[in-house]
Amino acid sequence: MTSGSPSLVVSRLAYAYPDGTQALYGVDLTIRRGERVALLGPNGAGKTTLVMHLNGILTAGHGTVEVGGLPVRAGTLPEIRRRVGLVFQDPDDQLFMPTVREDVAFGPANLGLRGAELDRRVRDALERVGMLDALDRPPHHLSFGQRRRVAVATVLAMEPEILVLDEPSSNLDPASRRELAEILRSLDVTVLMVTHDLPYALELCERSLVMSEGVIAADGPTRTLLADERLLAEHRLELPYGFAVPAHPG
Amino acid sequence: MSAGHHHPIYRPADTPVHRLPPQCKLVAVVAFAVCVVATPRERFWAFAVHALLLAAVAVAARVPAGAIARRMVIEVPFVLFALAIPVIGTGERVQVLGMSLSLPGLWAAWNILAKATLGVAASILLAATTEPRMMLLGAERLRLPRLLVQIATFMLRYLDVILDQMRRMRVARESRGFVARDLRQAPVLAKSAGALFIRAYERGERVHLAMLSRGYTGEMPTIRDISASGRDWGTAAILPCLAAATALLAWSTT
Amino acid sequence: MHVPDGFFDVPVSVGAGVFAAAGVAVCLRGARRELDDRTAPMAGLVAAFVFAAQMLNFPVAAGTSGHLLGGALAAILVGPYTAVLCVAVVLLVQGFFFADGGLTALGVNITLMAIVTSVVGWAVFRLVTRTGPRGRGTLVAASFLAALVSVPAAALVFTVLFWLGGTAPIDLGTVAAAMGGVHVLIGLGEGLITALTVSSVLAVRPDLVYGARGTAAPLVLRTAEGEVEVGGRPAEAPPAGIGLRPVLAGGVIVAVLLAGVVSFYASSAPDGLEKVASDKGLSAQEKPHAAEDAPLAGYSVKGLSDQRLSGGLAGVAGVALTVAAGGGVFYAVRRRRRLTGGVTPAGAP
Repeated sequence: MTSGSPSLVVSRLAYAYPDGTQALYGVDLTIRRGERVALLGPNGAGKTTLVMHLNGILTAGHGTVEVGGLPVRAGTLPEIRRRVGLVFQDPDDQLFMPTVREDVAFGPANLGLRGAELDRRVRDALERVGMLDALDRPPHHLSFGQRRRVAVATVLAMEPEILVLDEPSSNLDPASRRELAEILRSLDVTVLMVTHDLPYALELCERSLVMSEGVIAADGPTRTLLADERLLAEHRLELPYGFAVPAHPG
Repeated sequence: MSAGHHHPIYRPADTPVHRLPPQCKLVAVVAFAVCVVATPRERFWAFAVHALLLAAVAVAARVPAGAIARRMVIEVPFVLFALAIPVIGTGERVQVLGMSLSLPGLWAAWNILAKATLGVAASILLAATTEPRMMLLGAERLRLPRLLVQIATFMLRYLDVILDQMRRMRVARESRGFVARDLRQAPVLAKSAGALFIRAYERGERVHLAMLSRGYTGEMPTIRDISASGRDWGTAAILPCLAAATALLAWSTT
Repeated sequence: MHVPDGFFDVPVSVGAGVFAAAGVAVCLRGARRELDDRTAPMAGLVAAFVFAAQMLNFPVAAGTSGHLLGGALAAILVGPYTAVLCVAVVLLVQGFFFADGGLTALGVNITLMAIVTSVVGWAVFRLVTRTGPRGRGTLVAASFLAALVSVPAAALVFTVLFWLGGTAPIDLGTVAAAMGGVHVLIGLGEGLITALTVSSVLAVRPDLVYGARGTAAPLVLRTAEGEVEVGGRPAEAPPAGIGLRPVLAGGVIVAVLLAGVVSFYASSAPDGLEKVASDKGLSAQEKPHAAEDAPLAGYSVKGLSDQRLSGGLAGVAGVALTVAAGGGVFYAVRRRRRLTGGVTPAGAP
């Protein structure tokens, strides 16, 4: 985790939905290349809204987002969407094509890849999540955990600068949860992971951000943040029963 | 008024019929259905020949007769309608088993029954030997508007997801003691339908976001394409050509 | 209503096919205009919803049950263009993937169930919402009338097609009466379910109802710099539950006009065989219809010599009765719901 140009810089980002609900009140954060960062926070803190800004699905009401030095604006959207790999919470939303192969190929094909190069990307991405066997299966024949892994593959195939996952561990059984963690750890990309699953954050991410009421309320090593009981209580974050994090390991 | 039957008919196998490119099969089946409809109803033998042609395809595709028969149930409402025609039909009447039946009505009933049955059987054979995905690719190959094919593709992808949601809602209703007895229960059913619509619509929006996130710009990339050789077209043409010859012969012997 | 092969002769099947193709082409352009690059996923999901909703059986009476056609419902929820596309795709999928409905009859099926129900439903809906007071009551009442009229309208078009190229020797009056009678009943169920469904969507996500666009409150953006108004319409008049009667009256007029005009033309040329029979004085041989003495039997009014006129009048009377009956049922249901308190509790199935 040394220097290098940051993968993601968000500054003074504010946004209100068209119905008038304001969700972001000036978010500032920087994620360096190769970092794995967890974004924690209660429901309604603005986490998903923030994520939607990272690849320009929502347009900032105020402030800026930069991915690998490139600002998010109308003219840069195709490149931004290649750089930011967004994995949605419900894999059924993400896997919209009739077969796994076509689904994983959708992104790279939109980038203009065809033929052998496209095929290589598809196989490569599925290989990395251990789902190469499912190549020609329809997504709805896969288990939930398998679908989530394929969903990760669909964005890996675009060779993104940063992988953004929305609640990656939700609805997974313990084995699938562990398998996904192993996959995420094996990937050599910057990761931003939105989650309620504090142990998962501790396991995978050195650093965490706590988001609350539309701003970043805390930023630091995951272990330190999770050991701070007052901070957790203040932002409606709770560790599972029987789970305690000592401030200093050992 | 048949409610949607959603169990797919496709029967995976590896036969010459299964292997034919989907666009060839689509054209062949539609052409066959047109030939059947165009066959004069007075030529019983011609319909027997059509039926034999379909039987030959079924044998080649290894689709058992039982599987076809089970799917034929879809036709029942129209069988009932057809049976009513001789009774309510106009024109010259004949006495059959003590009932006064309309002669043109009898012809019409036979006409509808024979043609509808052959048409349904042909459709069943098509669906039984062609994977839904392939059927869509074939349709695209045949220059059906791409947008229409895409809508159908999304519909088939999410049909199971939505039917699943509907099933869960029904379980939720019934586990709270709900029974649909008459129209007074309509508000409850309608509320389910409303909720289902909202979920479908919102999923549509999320799917669109997921597509945008992966570089969608309004055009679906062509990822798979299936070409058909002259030989494929030749093989697929056998069925409609024989049916057309039968229909022509039937007309010329009128 | 999925018409199988063999019902219509080749010319009518082909003609309806051409009409359906043209209609779908127009709607593809229209939907593209409305939904832009969202067309494929949105229409696909709504089509899946229509497919599912068609499986929602509702009991009609005496052990029989009906199910939604969904054309009017889809038109109100997502707009007429997208609705035609969705229902057409449902029919195509049912025909090719589930062997439901004849392939040569696809043109007829799409014309009747996608185009006629959506377009008629939308026309009635627009007319009622334009003439009635603004508010949710009007939207719901308009949905009811739209769906109610859309079903017999499709049945009437079926009758016209049958007269043009049906393969069975039944006189037009019999077909019209049978189709009309059954479909008026089905229309009542369709109208009820459609109105209630629209109402429940209005309660939770009014912004999703295409037909309710332009009735929302103004939008305001709140940024770190302060509040910014982004336009939108002024707030509408408070939801009116009072305007049901004028609305019903408007709907009745549309329905009656529609039925009258269509019936007028439908009966303009009596079935060939029938005409020959009556000319030659052979009518006595015909089997009497069961309900011959009923005032609307065979869709022609007794005591009128002009057959076209009487056919038209019968159609008018039939639909007027239907609408009145339907309106009554609907009014009763609404009153009951108002009496029991909750208008429509938000959310949950």
